[in-house]
Amino acid sequence: MSKYIPNTDEQKRDMLSEIGVADINDLFCDIPEEIRVKGPLNLPKSLSDIELTKHMQMLSDKNSDTDHYTCFIGAGAYDHYIPAIIDHLISRQEFYTAYTPYQPEISQGTLQAIFEYQSMICLLTGMDVSNASLYDGASAVAEAVLLACRATGRTHVLAAKTLHPESREVLRTYTKFSGITVDEYGFLNGIADLSDLEARLSPDTAAVVIQNPNFFGIIEDLKEIAELAHKNKSLLIASCDPISLALLKPPGELGADIVVGEGQSLGNPLSFGGPYLGFFAASKQLMRKIPGRVVGETVDLSGKRGFVLTLQTREQHIRREKATSNICTNHSLNALAATIYLTAMGKNGLREVAELCAQKAHYAYSRLIETNKFSQVFSAPFFKEFAVKYRGDVHELTARLLEQKILAGYILEHDYTDMDNVLLVAVTEKRTKHEIDTLVERAVCV
Amino acid sequence: MKTETQTIFEKSRPGKKAYSLPECDVPKTPLSELIPGNFLRDTPPELPEVSEVDAVRHFTELSKWNYGVDSGFYPLGSCTMKYNPKINEEIVRMKGFTQIHPYQSGESVQGCLEVLYKTGEMLAEITGMDKFSLQPAAGAHGELCGLMIMKAWHESRNDTVRKKIIIPDSAHGTNPASAAVAGFDVVEVKSDENGWIDLNSLRETMSSEIAGLMLTNPNTLGLFDGNILEIADIVHEKGGLLYYDGANMNAIMGITRPGDMGFDIVHLNLHKTFSTPHGGGGPGSGPVGVVEKLVPFLPKPVIEYSGKSYYLDYERPLSIGRVKSFYGNFAVVLKAYAYILSMGPEGLRQASETAVLNANYILKKLKNDYLLPYDRVCMHEVVFSAMKQKEYGVTATDIAKRLLDFGYHPPTVYFPLIVKEALMIEPTETESKETLDQFISAMKQIAKEAENDPECLKSAPHNTVVSRLDEARAARKPVLNEMSGTNN
Amino acid sequence: MKEFEIKKYSKEHEWIGVEGNKAYIGITEYAGNSLGEIVYVELPELGSELNAGDVLGVVESVKAASDVYSPISGKVVEINEELSENPEKINEDPENCWIAVLEISDPAQIDELMDEKEYKKYSTEEE
Repeated sequence: MSKYIPNTDEQKRDMLSEIGVADINDLFCDIPEEIRVKGPLNLPKSLSDIELTKHMQMLSDKNSDTDHYTCFIGAGAYDHYIPAIIDHLISRQEFYTAYTPYQPEISQGTLQAIFEYQSMICLLTGMDVSNASLYDGASAVAEAVLLACRATGRTHVLAAKTLHPESREVLRTYTKFSGITVDEYGFLNGIADLSDLEARLSPDTAAVVIQNPNFFGIIEDLKEIAELAHKNKSLLIASCDPISLALLKPPGELGADIVVGEGQSLGNPLSFGGPYLGFFAASKQLMRKIPGRVVGETVDLSGKRGFVLTLQTREQHIRREKATSNICTNHSLNALAATIYLTAMGKNGLREVAELCAQKAHYAYSRLIETNKFSQVFSAPFFKEFAVKYRGDVHELTARLLEQKILAGYILEHDYTDMDNVLLVAVTEKRTKHEIDTLVERAVCV
Repeated sequence: MKTETQTIFEKSRPGKKAYSLPECDVPKTPLSELIPGNFLRDTPPELPEVSEVDAVRHFTELSKWNYGVDSGFYPLGSCTMKYNPKINEEIVRMKGFTQIHPYQSGESVQGCLEVLYKTGEMLAEITGMDKFSLQPAAGAHGELCGLMIMKAWHESRNDTVRKKIIIPDSAHGTNPASAAVAGFDVVEVKSDENGWIDLNSLRETMSSEIAGLMLTNPNTLGLFDGNILEIADIVHEKGGLLYYDGANMNAIMGITRPGDMGFDIVHLNLHKTFSTPHGGGGPGSGPVGVVEKLVPFLPKPVIEYSGKSYYLDYERPLSIGRVKSFYGNFAVVLKAYAYILSMGPEGLRQASETAVLNANYILKKLKNDYLLPYDRVCMHEVVFSAMKQKEYGVTATDIAKRLLDFGYHPPTVYFPLIVKEALMIEPTETESKETLDQFISAMKQIAKEAENDPECLKSAPHNTVVSRLDEARAARKPVLNEMSGTNN
Repeated sequence: MKEFEIKKYSKEHEWIGVEGNKAYIGITEYAGNSLGEIVYVELPELGSELNAGDVLGVVESVKAASDVYSPISGKVVEINEELSENPEKINEDPENCWIAVLEISDPAQIDELMDEKEYKKYSTEEE
């Protein structure tokens, strides 16, 4: 008997007789005999705690973790510093074992934390309203596009080729079945090609999607793109790295109508790709159309401040097929981690993190170029990630560095077939000068 | 009891800090030489400035105003709030799982890929499907993904007129919403007096324009639809597919399988049936499984095993594409994997049997106190109605709020929509008879109070950190962040 | 309080008050009561052309949202901007709180709607 099932056999017998049936099988009388499972399922037999821990440790040991390997891979997921308080606080059962805060009287903790999260996202992005978070950065892009199409009544969308390839893939999947056309505009010197963008704008273009810093780590000129989009009465959707927003002008100030992004960098571990969180913020005009949950402030019967889920009529459980989105969950615990992260780092800490990333990334870039084994790919300014071309086989390089416990970077040829031997290298505040120097030395010593 | 609530912003004092970062150890360049000045913000975002102790106390205080499964009984219908094993929380924090970048090379992540592959295999066995994708992040996400697979399959056969999907009137709200996002029109079928699908109505509705049927079985009334094989025949005969909403899978593990009932596509909620915690609303995980003929349409990449090693297969021309970054909510899947291994086949069956036993026990004990609209054996949850109490002016909401005073999380109310003043109770298998008996006596007392002291219920809760909140005010003039706050 | 030349009712629980070639449209007391506290009203765009049965707007309470259908065809010539700020006005007196004014394009459509007596009977049966 599993320790997670507390009733004893005797109690079960008592309950059966109370119900008035002889056997547990009598409770399954509605299930036709021919579809009953005969015998046990073909699954491994149950493991005790000790056996389970050993088995899981064995699997964990098969992976090369970033404590033992130096990580220079980014491309949408980053090895940033995570303050210890985050895991301690999100591990409090009142947070992690609670359901969605549908009963506000016993959910003020989750609700107030989300309210604080929404406030922080608005501060970073310069937008009026934020939701309580979505699944991840890529699905947030897709939801932003669906919103833009609903709000404008248009069905064409222009996405930058410098937008994360996985975001573009998710966007294609989401739009494929709903009559929305996604077209892509190109880039020059690693930044969005504005003349290509302008040429592709049509009266049916609902939104222009841009990522900043873009997939190559380069900073885009959001203001110019916003102007082009708005001239065409299209919305601007910007997908941003939240760490960069400590330094860069808030996209809201530059004309973005919807700002989304991957929030993993805010205190969430890499965890082989998830769970992360997608943040989602918009201008006031779009408030009643945004997808996902939203928390608002109100008062209780005695006039005391409290928080509730609000604007619920947008949601699937009320609007059913007329809902603004089918999204039901948020990534509450990840958003809580982000809230605690932003609290811990605060106004000055987040800026320090962003500056350290920028300094170290630029140091690594110059060192690699100095070796003559790597050459410049783009000359445009970047933030914490950059592309360099290896004079040799980049697959051989990354394999060799892996043996030396270095996760060297992301190979751009996967997504941009003409960019052979180009490596995308990310440098966070966690990388030391020594680690960067080691990467450079090992990379050139064949 | 705390009377004043402060946000973290209100606790902020300039100069305080809760972080510790290293000095910059590389030669520093002025920032404006790295990034052009016109891209830089003038002032940093006004995030709070607090000490580490302030931060810890603040979030600890917030946590105290919450109610989790570890706090007490959580009979929230359709949500399967079972106990979340602690060992899984330890496992998920192993460095070889948390500290892994999703773009590391395949050889350096064999352990992660093995977890994903084997979880997929085990879920396929539990549901009777052929292959699973673990990419969807939540139940509704799984629904969307499954419906896209349905659409892609019909389109691959040049069958492009199937624009509609049948959904019973008792369905979860996400079903019609997901169908709409996937580009389907929704056709509703009615339930009969047993709470089962009305077969005649289904026969009349089913046509060559219908892509398929979305069904939860047991349904949202907690009843197993015994006509399922006939239902499957009716849909299949006309060329449709059957979609299984796995929200209620906790009733049938090891007892019957959606695949054997005739379903073609299944989504599961790992955060319900497979014990992963809800996290105050997420993250969850909503894997999608399909029968053989639909495997080519699963989202890519698919995790495969070569006989020697695990790898990500991107060469899938018929795939609907990606629905999420990377490979799904890996850390959530990991907990479900550990749960299945610790339960084993017998344990899973006992879990479902006990969940059903617990629900029937509550049904039997409370049927004289509350109206039971479908008086028959239930599965893992039972739906009562507060119509008896309504005579005294007491609603399902009032009963729910009064339960808070007794220290319980209330049942789901006002759902399913086909039951007036619905109270949907799902005890799960992880609750003991002692807990159920205490809950039952609280429910009986509340039924008495409804008769004798209805005001006490209408003004409930009385013992919580806040009383009933003004939701109309929140929605009329929304205050959604600190900056637009009232600063009271 | 406005006195209309003709006041009619639709099966979707809208009222329509005719004044010359203009029709004032709102929701009935029955609809207001069944929605509960109204928190938001989505108004149509000025100048939009509606057919009978098209969605004119949306009235939302905390836990429900209800489309308001235009009982007749016509062009939207006026909208009640006050409702954006104070949606609760509808609750106070639904039968005297119009949402939008249409320029009537087909007066025959008005004849087909219910009068007060017929609507009373209809809405009692709905309950």
